[in-house]
Amino acid sequence: MSPGIHEFISIDLPPMLAGTFACLSCALVGNFLVLRRISLMGDAISHSVLPGLVVAFMLTGTRAAFPMFVGAAAAGLLTVGLVELLRRYARIEPGAAMGVVFSVLFALGVLLLERGAGRHVDLDADCVLNGVLEGMIWFPPSEWSEFATWQTLREVPRQVWTLMAAVAVVGVFVVALFKELRIVCFDPGLATSQGYPASLLNGGLMLVVACVTVASFEAVGSILVIAMLICPAASARMLTDRLSSQVVVSGVIATVCGVSGYVLGAFGPRWLGFDNALSASGMITVVAGVVMTLSMLFGPQHGAAVRFVRRVRFVLTIAREDLLGSLYRAQERGEMSLAIVEVADATGGAGGGLAVRVARRRAILRGQVQERAGRVSLTEAGQKEAASIIRSHRLWESYLVERGGFAPDHVHDAAMRLEHARDTERRARLEPPQPASAIDPHDRPIPPG
Amino acid sequence: MTPQQLPPGARSLLAGRPEHSNLSPLSVHSMTVAYNRKPVLWDVDYDAPAGSLIAIVGPNGAGKSTFIKACLGLVPRASGVVEFWGQPYRAARSRVGYVPQREAVDWDFPVSALDVVCMGRYGRIGWLRPVTRGHRRAASVCLERVGLGGLAERQISQLSGGQQQRVFLARALAQEADLYFMDEPFAGVDAATERAIVDVLRELRSRGTTVICVHHDLQTVPQYFDHVMLINMRVVAAGAIGVAFTSENLQRTYGGRLTLLAEASEAVARAERGS
Amino acid sequence: MIEPMQTPGVWEILTLRGGHNTTVVLVGALLLGVAAGVVGVFAMLRRRSLVADAVGHATLPGICVAFLIANAMGVEARSLAVLLPGAAVGAVLGLLAIQWMTRATRLTEDAAIGAVLSVWFGVGVVMLSAIQGMDIGNQGGLKSFIFGQTATMSERDARLMGGVALLSIVAVLVMFKQLRLVAFNDDFAASIGVRVALVDGGLMALVVMVSVAGLQAVGMLLIVALLIIPPAAARFWTDRLGLLALLSGVIGGAAASIGALVSARMDRMPAGPAIVLVAGVFFVVGMVAAPRRGVGAGVLRHLGVRVRVHADHTLSRLRLPGPHHVASVMPSGVIGRLVRLVLARRGWIRSEGSMVALTDAGEAAAVLAERRRRLWQRYLVRYADVAPSHVDISADAIEHVIDPVIVATLEAELAAESSAGSGA
Repeated sequence: MSPGIHEFISIDLPPMLAGTFACLSCALVGNFLVLRRISLMGDAISHSVLPGLVVAFMLTGTRAAFPMFVGAAAAGLLTVGLVELLRRYARIEPGAAMGVVFSVLFALGVLLLERGAGRHVDLDADCVLNGVLEGMIWFPPSEWSEFATWQTLREVPRQVWTLMAAVAVVGVFVVALFKELRIVCFDPGLATSQGYPASLLNGGLMLVVACVTVASFEAVGSILVIAMLICPAASARMLTDRLSSQVVVSGVIATVCGVSGYVLGAFGPRWLGFDNALSASGMITVVAGVVMTLSMLFGPQHGAAVRFVRRVRFVLTIAREDLLGSLYRAQERGEMSLAIVEVADATGGAGGGLAVRVARRRAILRGQVQERAGRVSLTEAGQKEAASIIRSHRLWESYLVERGGFAPDHVHDAAMRLEHARDTERRARLEPPQPASAIDPHDRPIPPG
Repeated sequence: MTPQQLPPGARSLLAGRPEHSNLSPLSVHSMTVAYNRKPVLWDVDYDAPAGSLIAIVGPNGAGKSTFIKACLGLVPRASGVVEFWGQPYRAARSRVGYVPQREAVDWDFPVSALDVVCMGRYGRIGWLRPVTRGHRRAASVCLERVGLGGLAERQISQLSGGQQQRVFLARALAQEADLYFMDEPFAGVDAATERAIVDVLRELRSRGTTVICVHHDLQTVPQYFDHVMLINMRVVAAGAIGVAFTSENLQRTYGGRLTLLAEASEAVARAERGS
Repeated sequence: MIEPMQTPGVWEILTLRGGHNTTVVLVGALLLGVAAGVVGVFAMLRRRSLVADAVGHATLPGICVAFLIANAMGVEARSLAVLLPGAAVGAVLGLLAIQWMTRATRLTEDAAIGAVLSVWFGVGVVMLSAIQGMDIGNQGGLKSFIFGQTATMSERDARLMGGVALLSIVAVLVMFKQLRLVAFNDDFAASIGVRVALVDGGLMALVVMVSVAGLQAVGMLLIVALLIIPPAAARFWTDRLGLLALLSGVIGGAAASIGALVSARMDRMPAGPAIVLVAGVFFVVGMVAAPRRGVGAGVLRHLGVRVRVHADHTLSRLRLPGPHHVASVMPSGVIGRLVRLVLARRGWIRSEGSMVALTDAGEAAAVLAERRRRLWQRYLVRYADVAPSHVDISADAIEHVIDPVIVATLEAELAAESSAGSGA
């Protein structure tokens, strides 16, 4: 084994594994917090486990994992219970109730840490926030063949095993209770009435959140825990429309964040020529933020950029159809072409001058309109499309007057909007039922379909 | 499709079930619900006749939704006994279905229409067991029943309001219950959905199922329902439409809201003509 | 670590003889607490309490960037005048991100707050670790913003804190009318021409100002507590907005100054947690003791209604021809025992073994309860459109709640009805 690989396995692999496992376990359970709109419960719990840890330490005097774990999980559940109590009996808005409970508990934890426990424990405020990823070291054997022995594996840092167990627990929890979690997140009332008590399932979910928080907390710090409970699930929510795929995608995102965040933190500065590493858990959080931003912008169905493009397209289509329509009307008056300036007036400049200009370009590109010496006219293809638009407009006008009982001079604006309506399934223009005559309320012919 | 081709779950759904005891599907005795000192429901007594369509009517804030939720134990009762076929809710749960108000859930939730309908069968699937293909087939029969067969795989946010309400209805059908509580199923739906709901309600009645609906539109009460329960914190009147749905009782329920009363008396007059 | 030379006694500090510096810090903390309490009331009523948590966390990258810029320009990088504007910029960017996420994507506000809070802070942590590696002098103080430190506060810093806090208080007073309208009913406010978005923006600006002002004293993790706890504590005592704001300001001011005082007085007592815990004490006192909105009162009221309803039922059952077995007339469990206790206390029932019967006084009480019930019923039917909001189940007599003239009418109607009933 080369020294480089040995160094990597010794110094970088344990924190990378621990960080990734922490990300994965938080992200899987985070899906249900995000869907139930109680993401901030994760924030609250991850703050308030601190006094639980400190009190457990003060009571037992050891840093043994089990009492600390019990203390922190108890503090987590206490938080949930107190918030519920305040919400129900003191009628305090849930956000404020959460804020009160976790800030007081967190303050208590910090104070206890400063006053007493801090002297004996290597728990300090810094490690609460940032974790101890950087401090994890493993001394692996120098030969590959010796890796699988009990002795070697026992020396792997404890956090790696703890977090691996956390991933397993969360994985089993989510897979086994997938159906139950889905129904309780979607419709707690129905869940209860079908024999899956919402309070029981919520309690279970919170207990798992508390356990995951505690297990991750020590290794990666509370900030990364909050980020991982929320960001991967929220990113996956932007990318998928089915709960099962959302859970899988969030897991993939969490794994990618964990590995790449650690690598960027540990090696990124070196690649840039600096010799000190950056905070690994901080960097994982940053990567999670970047992934989330990207998915919010570019998610295929729900991304903001996609929505924006869709809206622009819509505006342009309307402007183009208005252009074709006004050229058709001009033809009916005997003008075979219109000056560009007149067109802008005729279409009312809907969507601003820019939209009109772009729409004209697009109509020319599609071969529906030709431009010569500052005047535009319809091509043969354009003629057909324009007739269909005008037909739709006049059909709507007839419909509104005949069936809707509107006055003929009040229907133009409504028809102006309705003429653009399309059936989403067949992409065809929507047409109202045929009127009795082929003449519209303004005595103009309705072009045949 | 003949009954023989139907999947097993759906057959019993359409066939109806014979075992109806003489006990009332829902009997409520001096039920009080109070938030702080203000009662929402006060000493409510009610016995639902079996196999009928029952409308719960009353002004805003009269406790109509609360009545349903308290019967199902979704809000705590200060006092009172609720029995389903003479048994407590716990024992009768599988025979009772509930359709909440449409706004009660997040319609952007990542599930398909079929997933939501399948939730109606969770009660008979049981803890830790997966949703099998048989259940999914039964659920899609219910979706077809409300005219949404083609939209099974749609994400629910891409359905119109009326379609969403029909998904809820299909979910209720999938529950195969003998008693349904529906919280304003007709609120804000299009004409097609309204027809679909009425059809389903009538089919349910023909199978001997009891349906209790919170209903807002006084005009359609006599048209859609057999029984009515007029409620304003207390039960003002209850009984068959012809007996209980009178302008006097409506006045006692709604007080002096003249426009409403005008509408109501019109509806009552129509009901009298019809009967 | 530098040992404090001589910690002044509480009395000396309170009488403003504890050294000029301590006095200034104390006054600054007081102003900060008042400002946070008053601003927090409106944040709570607009349901934006936890946005303040994101604001606090989001200041960290701003502080780091400001530090780096100032350092590159050769300015004294640790001065608050440099760092606080940086903090404010970071916080405002965080707020804008939250707003964008809730408006432009399908994500809900809670996820947006949590994501901004953690990611902004993560960026700050990475920057801090970079700064640590850069070998720039004077960077030790940056971390003190996370947990806060009054001990190192200079007089100038305290003056700055007090000044910003004072400014926020003045701003709230100026905007009070608009804030009240928007907090009470934003649709109505919009309908009479108040620009809700502008008022909300102003409110968020105030939240940022207070958070930034409190960074050094309380720290960015706990500043949210100063904006949430005093309003929530004050809410137990009053329903009126003016009083609520005043009370919340008083609680905030008291918590901040007591906390700062304790922190100055005691060794190893960081100011932020001390302030938050004092505020927490105020909260718990209100929660337990407040007569109308407290948790204690809530639980009692809840039990009270149930006991009253069951007691009425029991009385009417006992009026039927007996003998009566306890189990057949009273509910089981705790409520049943309470009902029995209450009725026996009032001398309305007497029990022999497991049998109970009404006393004469109980008979009279049962008649009264029956009358009360009928009157309420009559009232509900007679005034159906307004009645439900007036009915009070636990009032001893309907006259305590309803105008006696109306009660008299109802009684007359009841009498007429019963005579008609008996006549028929």
